[in-house]
Amino acid sequence: MKPVGLEHYLVVSGLLFCLGLWGVIVRRNLLIIYMSLELMLNAANLALVAFSRFNNKLDGQVMVFFVITVAAAEVAVGLALIVALYRKKQSAHVEDLTTMKS
Amino acid sequence: MDLAFIIIAVLTLASAVAAMSLRNLVHCALCMVMTFAGIALTFLQLNAEFVGLAQLLVYVGAVAILIVFAILLTRSEDAKKEVRFVSSSTVVGFGVVALVAVSLLAAIQHTQILPPQSVVAPHVSVKRIGEQLMTNYVLPLEVIGLLLTAAMIGAVVIAMREPDPADSVDVQQRNGSPLKLDPDSKKTAVVANE
Repeated sequence: MKPVGLEHYLVVSGLLFCLGLWGVIVRRNLLIIYMSLELMLNAANLALVAFSRFNNKLDGQVMVFFVITVAAAEVAVGLALIVALYRKKQSAHVEDLTTMKS
Repeated sequence: MDLAFIIIAVLTLASAVAAMSLRNLVHCALCMVMTFAGIALTFLQLNAEFVGLAQLLVYVGAVAILIVFAILLTRSEDAKKEVRFVSSSTVVGFGVVALVAVSLLAAIQHTQILPPQSVVAPHVSVKRIGEQLMTNYVLPLEVIGLLLTAAMIGAVVIAMREPDPADSVDVQQRNGSPLKLDPDSKKTAVVANE
């Protein structure tokens, strides 16, 4: 059997990214869209760590560290926004958020 | 192929699929936690202990708790509003996702991947990452610190309950009523309110 190579990790990463994209496009709940965004970030992280491991460079992991930090900041602000929005509209569905339409 | 890799990858992908397709929000969040844990395990498998443990702490610890909190805070009665039907957006979304998936996989398959430079996994210690962060990446590190501070303040400001005008009138009347007997103290109270 072939040993696990870079391409296997990249395939897993690509599939995870596509699942996240699927969630962002199709689902209608803000929180699910939000989790899908996180999933896409994680898929990119997986690719970065795989590249870092198989090229014997440390830069990928440092990059992942920064991405995780930015994602944490995004979580804090995004969830606060969703909760504030829910207080105003009593809904977390994208169909109900049409204030800027028309 | 490594059996552990297959198990972890299948588990991660399956829980991601479940998180994207389940209807109950709490179930979605729990499946998503499993996906994050699987990704952390993959990091550990790739000899990236620091990043893997950071992923475990940040995502499985903090982000999961925050998401569950947000789900419980924003749970509304119309949970069944998201009915299962095939709308035009589903079809378009499926098309876009299929396109992206095919192009990504084709790109991966057709790329000439160089053999790993070292057969033995490199030992990446936290010390080396710390040295990198303090030498080559010191400016991004500072910017990230600033960003985190700004995000924290921003989250607090956004999530703070806006002062309701009706409430504040109530409070003023309640505070002002016992003072009406004395005009002088009322004046000072108004000044204090302003």
